[in-house]
Amino acid sequence: MKDDKRRGLLEKVLKDHGYQESALLEILHGAQEIYGFLDKELLTEIAGVLNLPPSQVYGVATFYSFFKLRKPGEHVVTACLGTACYVKGVEPIIAAIEEEFHLKRGGSTEDGKLSILQTRCIGACAMAPIISIDDVIIGKATKEVVIKHIKQVLGETKAEAV
Amino acid sequence: MGSPVKEMLYESGGFFKKQHRIVLRNAGKIDPNRIQDYIAMGGYTALVKCLSSMTPPGIITEILSSGLRGRGGAGFPTGQKWRLVAQANNSPKYIVANLDEGDPGVYANRSIAEADPHAIIEGMLIAAYATGAEKGYIYIRKEYPLAIQTLQKAIDQAKAMSLLGDNILETPLKFDLTLRFGAGAFVAGEETAILASVEGRRAMPRPRPPYPANSGLWQKPTLIQNIETLTNIPLIIQNSAAWFSKTGTPKCTGTKCFSLTGKVKNPGLIEVPMGITLREVVFDIGGGIPDGKKFKAALIGGPSGGCLPEHLLEVPIDYDSLTKVGAIMGSGGIVVLDQDSCMVDTARYFTEFCVDESCGRCTPCRAGLPRMLEIFQKITHGQGEFSDLAVLEKSCHFIREASLCGLGQTAPNPVLTTLRYFKSEYLHHIENKECEAGVCFKTRDEDEPK
Repeated sequence: MKDDKRRGLLEKVLKDHGYQESALLEILHGAQEIYGFLDKELLTEIAGVLNLPPSQVYGVATFYSFFKLRKPGEHVVTACLGTACYVKGVEPIIAAIEEEFHLKRGGSTEDGKLSILQTRCIGACAMAPIISIDDVIIGKATKEVVIKHIKQVLGETKAEAV
Repeated sequence: MGSPVKEMLYESGGFFKKQHRIVLRNAGKIDPNRIQDYIAMGGYTALVKCLSSMTPPGIITEILSSGLRGRGGAGFPTGQKWRLVAQANNSPKYIVANLDEGDPGVYANRSIAEADPHAIIEGMLIAAYATGAEKGYIYIRKEYPLAIQTLQKAIDQAKAMSLLGDNILETPLKFDLTLRFGAGAFVAGEETAILASVEGRRAMPRPRPPYPANSGLWQKPTLIQNIETLTNIPLIIQNSAAWFSKTGTPKCTGTKCFSLTGKVKNPGLIEVPMGITLREVVFDIGGGIPDGKKFKAALIGGPSGGCLPEHLLEVPIDYDSLTKVGAIMGSGGIVVLDQDSCMVDTARYFTEFCVDESCGRCTPCRAGLPRMLEIFQKITHGQGEFSDLAVLEKSCHFIREASLCGLGQTAPNPVLTTLRYFKSEYLHHIENKECEAGVCFKTRDEDEPK
């Protein structure tokens, strides 16, 4: 459940934004940074503190693709699906990752170690195609390089910068 | 040790020769984390000039006569927008700087924020003085962590030097600036949707009128401005409107930043005078198509833009010429495609994007775009019929005419332009069940049992 330390951090985020309804996106960003994702329990709690209907908070969280409503895997691979990446062939790379690690885009592996998510554009299009692994960006990505990096990250208890 | 890439050297022409860097004047030259660097380059002198020797109506007249038009895509004259907000008699007034840049393949605004954040702040301050706004928001994508960090630092430094807050530079001017984070919604770039998002709600557009200039954030007069537009402001004030309008074409003054990507030798962020031809951008600046392949099309304006073929390479890049050929300026993305790209698949890709990003508020966009996507799935899986093309085209016109906001109104552009300029590819897919670029029909093979 919501342990004290993280609860304290969330309280600080809420307070920094003056418990304002207009800062709901910032508060959800803060909450996601603290908890990793936004489950219903957390959204309901935020709604309560801000004195908003839970439906409104849930509605905002589901509208924006940046908010994660399910627990992501321990390691997260994000594929950029922007136009430049698409044109430069990100699709075959995603398909190769799906096949190699037995998961589907948007989902996680059974053991919860790896997720693959998609993003619309991270704005580094001159380096397309782009795959990021735990926030490390791999530009001009190829199947081989990406799979190698993922294996490295999965193979160790602590992910080293690749 | 490597050697420098010859084509990228300034002296050898190529990438830089045809560029005209006004908006990107300081990019790469100053340390964006030091306000002193910006000031040393003449930064904030335009603000001082406004406060010491210009009246708000005088500033608006200057911006009007510069001919500056909004760089966010629609090309509305900036001075007119300012005048509307200045004349609105309701307070407080707000300014929202749009750094949502949701177009995939576009990153000019991110680069400006990361390289020259104070130019944005100065542009906003001048707008605040001219329109009487007291509070500003920069709405920025959360996908841009470095830009967020750089801007926040710049805001803090400006505050410390009394360039933000109360009594700016010991004058009665008062302006407060806060960052607001987007969360991955393309539609949030639409001007009424961005307002909803800044207010902490779902980014869904609403009908206009009332226009944001009269009833924007919390029903108060609001100026919504693109980052590139704002960055132009200090220069117009410093150097005069006449100086600014010398660049570009008579109807489209100044420069435009483009993110040049896709199949070109030199991809990157470029800034060119309005009126430059597409050919110059793709071949002189971009260096042409790599690996000896053939140019097929240039996508201008992102998912709401158009796909232009080779015979339109001479089209000058300005708002009106692009609209005439079915594309739009948009927020400044040019993606170059070569023979390996399929135009049917490209149109399908953009349609899918717009289906995902439709906010769901109005029926033509919410229900119409998925119908179009179904037709594309049929065609790219070998089940297309010739009659599908007529349905596709009719749907495009319906959605364009009947949608509430810019997303729906422009979503059919890639489909219409590919139907107009690359119809033979559609016909080939339907008749021969074959994709010459080798992109389509693949999923069908994978679906078959192994």
